[in-house]
Amino acid sequence: MSETATDLGTTPSPPVIPIGFFGWLRWAWRALTSMRVALMLLFLLALASVPGSLFPQRGSKPLEVTAYLARHKTLGPILDRIGMFNVFGSAWFAAIYLLLFISLAGCVIPRSRLHLRAIRARPPIAPVHPARLPGGSSWASPAPLGQLGPLVLGEAARTFRRSRWRTEIAELGDGPARERGYVSAEKGYARETGNLLFHVALLVLLVGVGLGSAFGWKGQVIVKEGDGFANTVTQYDTFTAGRLVDQSTLPPFTVKLDAFDITYQDGGPQNGEPLAFGAQVSTSGAPGSPAVPGVITANHPLGIGGARVYLIGHGYAPHIVVRDKTGKVVFDDTVVFLPQDGNFTSQGVVKIPDMTPQLGLQGFFLPTAFVDPVLGPSSVFPGPKNPALLLSAWRGDLGLNSGTPQSVYRLDLTHLKRISIKELRPGDTWILPDGSGTVAFVDIAQYATLSVAYDPGKGVALVSALTAILGLMLSLFVRRRRIWVRVSDSGSGGTLVEVGGLTRVDSTDVSAEVARMVTALWAMAPEAKE
Amino acid sequence: MPSDAVLAQLSNALVYSAMTAYTIAMVAFAASLAAGRGKSVVKAFVPAMAGATNIEAPSTPAAPTATPATASGRRSGNIGIALYWLGTFFLALGIAARGLSAHRLPWGNMYEFSCAAALAISIVFLAISIRRDVRWLGIFVVLPVLLTLGVAVTLLYSTSGPLVPELHSYWLGIHVTAAILSGGAFCVSGVVTVLYLVIDRENRRTAAGLEPGRLHFLVEKVPSAERLDTLGYRIIAFMFPLWTFAVIAGAIWAESAWGRYWGWDPKETWAFITWVVYAGYLHARATIGWRGRRAAYISLLGFAAFLFNYYGVNLFVTGLHSFAGVG
Repeated sequence: MSETATDLGTTPSPPVIPIGFFGWLRWAWRALTSMRVALMLLFLLALASVPGSLFPQRGSKPLEVTAYLARHKTLGPILDRIGMFNVFGSAWFAAIYLLLFISLAGCVIPRSRLHLRAIRARPPIAPVHPARLPGGSSWASPAPLGQLGPLVLGEAARTFRRSRWRTEIAELGDGPARERGYVSAEKGYARETGNLLFHVALLVLLVGVGLGSAFGWKGQVIVKEGDGFANTVTQYDTFTAGRLVDQSTLPPFTVKLDAFDITYQDGGPQNGEPLAFGAQVSTSGAPGSPAVPGVITANHPLGIGGARVYLIGHGYAPHIVVRDKTGKVVFDDTVVFLPQDGNFTSQGVVKIPDMTPQLGLQGFFLPTAFVDPVLGPSSVFPGPKNPALLLSAWRGDLGLNSGTPQSVYRLDLTHLKRISIKELRPGDTWILPDGSGTVAFVDIAQYATLSVAYDPGKGVALVSALTAILGLMLSLFVRRRRIWVRVSDSGSGGTLVEVGGLTRVDSTDVSAEVARMVTALWAMAPEAKE
Repeated sequence: MPSDAVLAQLSNALVYSAMTAYTIAMVAFAASLAAGRGKSVVKAFVPAMAGATNIEAPSTPAAPTATPATASGRRSGNIGIALYWLGTFFLALGIAARGLSAHRLPWGNMYEFSCAAALAISIVFLAISIRRDVRWLGIFVVLPVLLTLGVAVTLLYSTSGPLVPELHSYWLGIHVTAAILSGGAFCVSGVVTVLYLVIDRENRRTAAGLEPGRLHFLVEKVPSAERLDTLGYRIIAFMFPLWTFAVIAGAIWAESAWGRYWGWDPKETWAFITWVVYAGYLHARATIGWRGRRAAYISLLGFAAFLFNYYGVNLFVTGLHSFAGVG
């Protein structure tokens, strides 16, 4: 990564005039795989990610997108059309990263070929005077070259091989002097190996991500204490799946929420912060197989049928019983109230179509009720210290048969008339003032929001990500370097020993390793005393 | 589990002591700079050549020995470094006391992140100072440290207490520590890169025969542009794998907490942007036409993305990583 430019830009800068169709094609390929274009694509990728963090995204915050569109009547639709609410799934974002990865592949393949050749090649021939390289040194020893030379070369080669240098020895003998009497050693091929490994790992990472988005699925469901769900699409509140998922063959497990436990910090500066929470569940791998107990907490999902079940939220579900004027029970269930703030001021709705006229209840559940004279009632603590249910009762047509789908968390008030409002405590029963029946607040249950996810690509993604780090470390920390030892006639009957080396990694040198070699050879070929 | 109020108070006192030590260190570094001393002397490697006296070829390039102008300048530089160690020691103790007072790792809100970030900057600086003479760099590094701590104690302070359950995971130790350490390194590298740009500009002004700029005096006080460029690069090259690891560790944690390893949460998006920009920097430095000033700007852009991810995303963008504990 820090070698010379030609090492990195796999192809030289694009030729100027392309000729013919294939000429253009070759020009485009060269341009795409050039370092400069790769760099621009890289910055484009960073730039393209920015709006994804500034605008709400459909995938994670669909409601905020709707709200944004409602607030910005002219700008909203324009932003929507250019994909600002789905940046990471947009065509232009995909175009950038696919081009980048093609460029990367076009860079990695020829470099791998070159690297393979380099690994098989012998270390290069020694320069005539290695000592003249930066950090090099030389000295003359009194013993004649014919006697000392082979010993020095042998010792140098042994020393290099012991520290796993690729070593080539050119013994003294006949032939041109520059091609004889030296040891050439090279080390640090792992730098380029690591570099290639890193880039290949990124390509594999993309494959892992792709596997997950094609074959993965994810469902979210709200489960009240005592209730459960089976792993089929219809039982989830929301369900998203990759294009290649057969939604009819999901693993047939079931999950039942036995109880939800939570404790809060009471008092002190962090009053109301949850200290610990967890969902007690029983699971069954297939219909008919025995139920197995389990616990799901934040950070500790539960694995079942190849998927994992995560606890991502929780709240209160007051138990409400409604009787008509004859005393017959027309509604008896726990009702999910969605939290509106950190203290679980929660909002919910009950629809009772089996009365004439139909009855609708809506209001707030407050685990620790406090009535502010200005702001009105709200909860001041998330735990149920002083629970209260504030309800308003509505009579008329709930609009369930109008054909338009309705949210279970909202009353359609168009054809409803308000009868009255009331604050209820657990155990209270409210006799509706028009005599049409009673509403009882029995007690409080809790619910958990569970997310079930299956991602077959995440193993591939993890392994490739870790491999990428390994490759990165090799390519940044290993230096490729060469050292030569040459012996020659000193001109006065003795032996001249020269040691020197080179590295191509910028602003580092090999002087430490050269010095070590000098020390090793010094012992066997001491300098002539003047 | 009540927090140990005494330990929490001790922690605060230690953080203030650290700031005091850093402030005096800053004065000492300033005096050293004014005296024209403390110029970088990269400790020359002297090959252990067992008496090889007649080294023939020009050997190790002569180490740039910037001889100190005055002994007092060198002394104040040394005092600066000593006080810097002291401040860092106080800060580390303060963070440890905070952790003990809350019975957990002391990085659970922005006040604690910031203290840890200041410590990380200091650790990176001191680690470099063990191997090289970087007295000249002291004043430029102590400034962001003091700034970080100042913002932490005035704007971000929150009292010691337990962690929200989402943060109850050993990944807190791994992911957050890696991210904070990388941030410290990015900061030191950013400081060096700004210095590089200043010196490079002065060099170009001189070459063009222009009047020296107001910061020209720095040319004599800090290493050459080339050296600064290399130092800035080495810090990033050393820490970039750690940043990569921090992002991946975050992804592993996200997988077990939220059911997906990557979901383009604002924090994840900006970590990605930071990563991509620094990756671009590493490539740019190896590409003709991009090295030097252009690469330096990219490096600063990467640090800006990191800073935005810390302050901007924590305070102004709501996402899953809303653990700032501010306001």
